[in-house]
Amino acid sequence: MLIFEHAHPGRRAHAQAPYNAPAADDLPADMLRQTPPLLPETSELDVVRHYTGLSQKNFSIDTQFYPLGSCTMKYNPRACNSLAMLPQFLGRHPLADESTGQGFLVSMYELQEMLKEVTGMAGVSMAPMAGAHGEFAGVAMIRAYHDARGDTARREIIVPDAAHGTNPATATMCGYVVKEIPTDRQGNVDLEALKAAVGPQTAGLMLTNPSTLGVFEKTIVEIQKIVHAAGGLSYYDGANLNAILGRVRPGDMGFDVIHMNLHKTFSTPHGGGGPGAGPVGVSERLIPFLPIPYVINERDFYRWAVEADVPQSIGRMSAFGGNMGVLLRAYVYARMLGGRGMQRVAEFAALNANYLAVELKTAGFELAFPERRASHEFIVTLKKLKDETGISAMDFAKRLLDYGFHAPTTYFPMLVPECLLIEPTETESKETLDAFVQAMIAVKREAESQPDLVKTAPHKLPSRRLDDVKAARELDLVWKAA
Amino acid sequence: MPFIPHTESDIAAMLASIGASSTDALFDEIPTDLNCGGLPGIPDGLSEMHVSRLMNQRAVQDGFFSNFIGAGAYEHHIPAAVWQIVTRGEFYSAYTPYQAEASQGTLQLLYEYQTMMASLTGLDVSNASLYDGASALAEAVLMAVRANKAGCRRVLVPASVHPRYLAVTRTTVKNQNIELVSVPFDRTTGIADLAALDAVTGDFAALVIPQPNFFGALEPVDALTDWAHAHNMLAIAVVNPLALALLKPPGQWGEAGKSQGADICVGDGQPLGVPMSSGGPYFGFMTTRQSLVRQMPGRIVGRTVDLDGQPGFALTLQAREQHIRRSKATSNICTNQGLLVTAATIHMSLLGPEGLKSVALESHAKTRALLEKLLAVPGVERVFNSPFFHEAVIRVSTSVDDVLRALRAQGILGGHALGGDYPELADCILVCATETKTDEDLEHYRQQLQRILSRRNGREPGVPPCAYK
Repeated sequence: MLIFEHAHPGRRAHAQAPYNAPAADDLPADMLRQTPPLLPETSELDVVRHYTGLSQKNFSIDTQFYPLGSCTMKYNPRACNSLAMLPQFLGRHPLADESTGQGFLVSMYELQEMLKEVTGMAGVSMAPMAGAHGEFAGVAMIRAYHDARGDTARREIIVPDAAHGTNPATATMCGYVVKEIPTDRQGNVDLEALKAAVGPQTAGLMLTNPSTLGVFEKTIVEIQKIVHAAGGLSYYDGANLNAILGRVRPGDMGFDVIHMNLHKTFSTPHGGGGPGAGPVGVSERLIPFLPIPYVINERDFYRWAVEADVPQSIGRMSAFGGNMGVLLRAYVYARMLGGRGMQRVAEFAALNANYLAVELKTAGFELAFPERRASHEFIVTLKKLKDETGISAMDFAKRLLDYGFHAPTTYFPMLVPECLLIEPTETESKETLDAFVQAMIAVKREAESQPDLVKTAPHKLPSRRLDDVKAARELDLVWKAA
Repeated sequence: MPFIPHTESDIAAMLASIGASSTDALFDEIPTDLNCGGLPGIPDGLSEMHVSRLMNQRAVQDGFFSNFIGAGAYEHHIPAAVWQIVTRGEFYSAYTPYQAEASQGTLQLLYEYQTMMASLTGLDVSNASLYDGASALAEAVLMAVRANKAGCRRVLVPASVHPRYLAVTRTTVKNQNIELVSVPFDRTTGIADLAALDAVTGDFAALVIPQPNFFGALEPVDALTDWAHAHNMLAIAVVNPLALALLKPPGQWGEAGKSQGADICVGDGQPLGVPMSSGGPYFGFMTTRQSLVRQMPGRIVGRTVDLDGQPGFALTLQAREQHIRRSKATSNICTNQGLLVTAATIHMSLLGPEGLKSVALESHAKTRALLEKLLAVPGVERVFNSPFFHEAVIRVSTSVDDVLRALRAQGILGGHALGGDYPELADCILVCATETKTDEDLEHYRQQLQRILSRRNGREPGVPPCAYK
């Protein structure tokens, strides 16, 4: 039932709006709204009950194991939320003078400095509001760098075929042409293909490491040499930073620009699709192009950098400087972890991933790269199962939901047929991983013995399997009263 | 160690299964010379109690002010129920609803949100949100250019559009050979100058129409929409969603019978239940007409049926998006601002059509009352004579910076100085009062401003008024 279907004309949540607001008799009548918008007329209890009920139809980290590869669905500590929501922080106007926000700004400055240390980069801006937004900032900086040198013939961005879809989409938004290069059988970038692809037209390379295949690019140093020798810059997609936190730094690997997904590595909530935060870090030569604002420390007075401070900046990315509340949550998380805690994040993310991979392999699942060490995630391919039983990775994923586990990422990366990309994260216990293995085994048995049960899954959720084709063909995007 | 549950015996058992001697061995594919050996530059971890003390100290240091700044972020009452429900773990810690059957709560809420926003703006369809109002305008400009069949890549942006929105749009589109052409506002009215528009030559894909504009003034939206359509441009509305509870929705802009309303509507959803929070996270909204839905960026939720024929919800039109189309996607965006949209949907439900309208009316009335009080102070005058929503521009007889600083010393954030973005308005302040202000708050502002201006009069330039501490 929709909230609109709970409505009754004349019903209101009386406590929530001003009483007896005066008419706007000074405004011209032809500027005024004639018919009220379709908002529900409900009591406060109606609303609370409806949305509490809706929340109960969701899977979430707080209620289920969420081994969603590439998404780093780890526990979001509650303290991060409650401290970011202190009333003084919530009530601060973004254009209030900086002298009124030194407590907030020093926190932002310290987060900036910590992100520099974590990534080994020379400069950081936290302006981008999501990973893809950070990618945009990164590639825009690459372009600004080349343009500032008059090196305008560089029009291509090289992207491995295993990359996130945001990489090529971002390159296009920055006016670049995308050149895809293949991956070899071991899951590495094909070095020969890379050598053939680079040239005076190369603006840069975008790379995730560990890659989306869940393995570390062993030849990363050589890759950097090839790109840099051709005059290109290298971009690090920080989606998988959790795997190497405190162990390897993108700056030490030679990257020129990176983005971080704080909603992954720094455990800010995913919120059903956002908000995220995608700070960017850069090497020395890209500092003049960082997006604004970022925090400047002037003899212990903290203020935002503006256009005049960074004349070559790629510019502003949001009206007021970014997703501050998300950054505050990340700051609290970073302070609770400390340097040693961050290092242990990668250690235990790797331990959980490798343990789960071994247990699944032992249980008869086929790993996509069995001879490689898993990073913080790994890929199971169900191609054989599909060939034998007709059960696809999607069917398998839907049946896992019935067992109370969120499905792993399916059909990404696209290189591996019928794949499940599995990322347990460091915050899950051995018992949870063991229970997940048992569920995987149970679904596999069902696929072999009762394929129809799996094909028609889920059976125990608020909805049975939904018709995506109908959703796209017969668009119903807004409710209309019958 | 924070949030890692492993006991020593767990670790030993897991390493034994893997066949590794230590967790270090799990990184054996990484070249050893890349190992940074830890993060000595990052301080040691703190317990929750200690970090709580630190953050509380910093919050208290920042304190509270009586705020009269608007300029794109507005202080409104947010019902307690809104964020208590938003921060339920089932909303807070859920992922993007790719697994529709495990995400029906978020998906249904987004469908309800789309319905509310389409109705509020008077258009056919809505996406599930974008980053913020400024980035939503940037996406609207890109969308208008995509939709332009003649391949025109120029867009008209009046100077009365929020300067930061313009800056973000420029950042976003500059690498795609799209030109943003400015049109001046009328110095008397503070709104679009139709004569200046007629003087613009050449083809354009769209005209951006703010309502209210950055100065709080109400634009002649009917005439502007008709003008855009008469010149084969799309009309992009940039609106305050709260104002639409009171003002004519963009879908109905234009003289009756002449045009069919704005084509794309965007704005920032912050006034709908989102705290000011130093600037974010907020959310951008975008609605449009049905014929443009496939050009729209961002997540979109559709209603469909499940295997039993029961209604349910799923992400739809994903063929526009980066994870399918890669370099040919409508945008690289892959988030919406889910939690903020959750807040806005609950907020709009709690207020309902009447409640939202009374907040808009009360905010308008408070700004009227504030303006009346401030204009009675010697040395204060009004700058533009147009009707306004809940913001207006005043001119003061002495340095804006000094006045605002002296007001701060009295706990008042007196408004937004306009000189940074509009040098010709260097002696002007944009003021805003919402329903959160009492008559006593307004009177306090008036008294302090009067005191500051009167003491400032006759002083030598550069000597601070006595309120300046």
